[in-house]
Amino acid sequence: MWSFSHIANEIHEWLSKTFNPTLTLIIEMVIAGVAVIGLFAALGLVLVIMERKVSAWIQIRLGPNRVGSKGMLQSLADTLKLLVKEGLTPNGADKIMFNLAPFIAMIVAMLLMAPIAFAKDFQLWDLNIGVLYVSAVSSIMVISILMAGWSSNNKYSLMGAMRSGAQIVSYELSAGLSILSIVVLTGSLQVSDIIHSQANGWWIFKGHIPAWIAFVTFIIAVTAETNRAPFDLAEAESELTAGFHTEYSGMKFALFFLAEYVNVFIVCAIGATLFLGGWMPFHIGNWTAFNHVMDYIPSSVWFFGKTFFLIFVIMWFRWTFPRLRIDQLLNLEWKYLLPISMINLLLVTAMAILGWHF
Amino acid sequence: MQNEELKAKITELLSAATFEEGGEWLNINVEPADWLPLAQQLRNDTSLYFDYLFCLTCIDWKTHLTMVYHLSSTKHRHNIVIKSKLDRNKPEIQTVSQVWKTAEFHEREVYEMFGVNFLNHPDLRLLILPDGWEGKNPLRKDFEDPINMIKL
Amino acid sequence: MLEEVGTTTEGDLVINVGPQHPATHGVLHLVITLNGETIKKVEPHLGFIHRSIEKMCESLTYRQFIYVTSRMDYLSSHINNHACALCVEKGLQVEIPPRAQVIRVLMDELTRIASHELWWGAMAMDLGAFTPFFHAFREREGINDIMEETCGARLTMNYMVPGGVMQDLHPNFQKKVKEFLQLYKRKIHEYDELVTGNIIFQNRMKGIGYLSPEDAVSYGCSGPTARGSGVSSDIRKLYPYEIYDKLEFDEVLENGGDSFARYMIRIREMQQSVRIIEQLIDNIPEGDFQAKTKAVLKLPKGEFYTRVETARGELGVYIVSEGGTTPYRIKFRSPGFSNLSVLDHIARGSKLGDLVAMMGTLDLVIPDIDR
Repeated sequence: MWSFSHIANEIHEWLSKTFNPTLTLIIEMVIAGVAVIGLFAALGLVLVIMERKVSAWIQIRLGPNRVGSKGMLQSLADTLKLLVKEGLTPNGADKIMFNLAPFIAMIVAMLLMAPIAFAKDFQLWDLNIGVLYVSAVSSIMVISILMAGWSSNNKYSLMGAMRSGAQIVSYELSAGLSILSIVVLTGSLQVSDIIHSQANGWWIFKGHIPAWIAFVTFIIAVTAETNRAPFDLAEAESELTAGFHTEYSGMKFALFFLAEYVNVFIVCAIGATLFLGGWMPFHIGNWTAFNHVMDYIPSSVWFFGKTFFLIFVIMWFRWTFPRLRIDQLLNLEWKYLLPISMINLLLVTAMAILGWHF
Repeated sequence: MQNEELKAKITELLSAATFEEGGEWLNINVEPADWLPLAQQLRNDTSLYFDYLFCLTCIDWKTHLTMVYHLSSTKHRHNIVIKSKLDRNKPEIQTVSQVWKTAEFHEREVYEMFGVNFLNHPDLRLLILPDGWEGKNPLRKDFEDPINMIKL
Repeated sequence: MLEEVGTTTEGDLVINVGPQHPATHGVLHLVITLNGETIKKVEPHLGFIHRSIEKMCESLTYRQFIYVTSRMDYLSSHINNHACALCVEKGLQVEIPPRAQVIRVLMDELTRIASHELWWGAMAMDLGAFTPFFHAFREREGINDIMEETCGARLTMNYMVPGGVMQDLHPNFQKKVKEFLQLYKRKIHEYDELVTGNIIFQNRMKGIGYLSPEDAVSYGCSGPTARGSGVSSDIRKLYPYEIYDKLEFDEVLENGGDSFARYMIRIREMQQSVRIIEQLIDNIPEGDFQAKTKAVLKLPKGEFYTRVETARGELGVYIVSEGGTTPYRIKFRSPGFSNLSVLDHIARGSKLGDLVAMMGTLDLVIPDIDR
């Protein structure tokens, strides 16, 4: 059967036959690296055009419709434009930090690709602390934003970066706690274990109301973590022109821009993995026939379908909600989301111990 | 209050005031020195209660400048116009920005456009014109700007 | 100005918002002193598009100067023209035919709706919601199309002449306006669903930028800004011009004094404008659309002042005539100028994000302030 894992195995077997084990490993690493970079670029392009089309649809207009069929190549053209644009470094900026910041943003986004299961048995690195790794690495993102804001030597950038720092650090907490509630239910931090535990039903169905609360908290928290509206205070264009990336141009700006979209993809993928069963098809109890039909849909389609649905939800937020104010943003986290998710974690723990979930 | 009553009341407050009728509203001419005390009384007197300064401007009559204040009362709904003649070479009048706060911006506008010096104004700087236009007074009749002005 | 930019001795941050800034909707320059995110002082710097319309008008005849005033408050340009035409008519003492009066009022109210629509979209954009802007423009386009058919222009209509209007209504006018009203009524609830009822929006607006009634009057605020503080200031009711005294409509008042009150005023005013249009659209009297006036207009020696209610507040036109064909001195008392002066007062102590919301609710149009 055609599948990602099948292809991966074929390549691995062929490489093992042809080269010695060390060389095989090296070649495989190179392939993985190239694949991640390719995916990074492809995701950027797809998500940008998706965002523009979704926003156009919400805003009763057409969106890009000139480059390529129905404007599908618009983001490619934009990327080309950004590539050939001059990447200015302001005179008063801290040159090294200023130029380093977008790469850190990109590296973080790429590192986060590692533990994601894109399809059945198709994963770069199924490390045993997968979920912890994701929360840990994603917090490095804030460093790149703070670096960009501080080194730009621009007051808008600085304010944007400070806002962003406060925001990401606070919302990490509730994102972490809602991830933890699924870890409690599963009893494992490994991504593959979490997905396999959902073979008989996704956690959002099995986990009753606490899982829903965790899911909603997670979506709110990751929207804030990725600096998307209504939590886009770091780049609030009506207040701070462009926030932390005010001074960036050309490809350096594009890297921030792409990193933002890839981050959105990653958090949605994590959300889909934790709550919606990752690549697991939709199964209902004993409906064998129905379940078989569902199994025929390839696992990668399930994974990307769920992920893109969540991405759509986050885009929907962006184009309907006004922005919060900085104190309201922090109030929401520290006074509402954090207490709720802590109590929720207790509930989930009780549920897991007493075996109340399906 | 009707014009006649207003007239009587204002004469009571300031006997030196002269009146001019014929226009839509009662016009009152005052000396620049009398203006601030009169303004405070106009604002605070309960039967007059002119709390709304809806227009403040200046007219260059070539021989002199005239400050024009349009006042209205949100309580009694009567309007008056106060006029004050200023010396064209050294126009000076007391500010009324502490009586009506809107005067602060309007006086700054008149200051830069006509060069009227408002005494005791809290922040008498150029508002609309860019730096370097101090003392040029573009709305005066004799203002000439050969570069930027287009003659019709 | 250079020494103002930077940090102060107390460690406060001074930032420039404008002249090119997404929040200022034009070229307004605000120098803001911040303590962290909290505003300590807002200082407006004006004049980036000052064209000295007042000086310009001194060399234009009474027929010509009306068209320059379209460029003052370009969102309610028709009402600006109206004020000037009224002032000239006051001097000439011309009787305006009833048909012209009704046409003027209809156009005024359509302009008011269009202006408030744009404000609504732009204000939501200031708060970070982009979508309302496009939804507002869908309705506004309808009005612009109506204007284009009858006046020949979409934004600066220049439809007024002393004595009436320039030409008769387009034959499609009534049909188009009714279509627009239908569309508008079908869509108006979307505004509440999308923005007014939104919990984030309400939290951003309520209790922000409080302006007491006394301060509103003292700062010379007018229009929705004053009415949001409960100050009755609708010139259409207080000093009726044209046929406003014969029409049924309410002066919208809110007592909140905060940004949300000012927001609600404009939303409700649009409905009042619709009410006025509905009363008039089927009752446009037949007759002349213009009174007979002389080819060269000369105003008698004297001073003439008219006040009208634009979408932003009270517009005063003060003409000083020496008896010639051009005004000796003309002064436009623009609502935006006074409304802007209150910004520092209401913004102190609130957050930077709120400043943008307050500027939105003051509905600043920069050419109106600069003139």
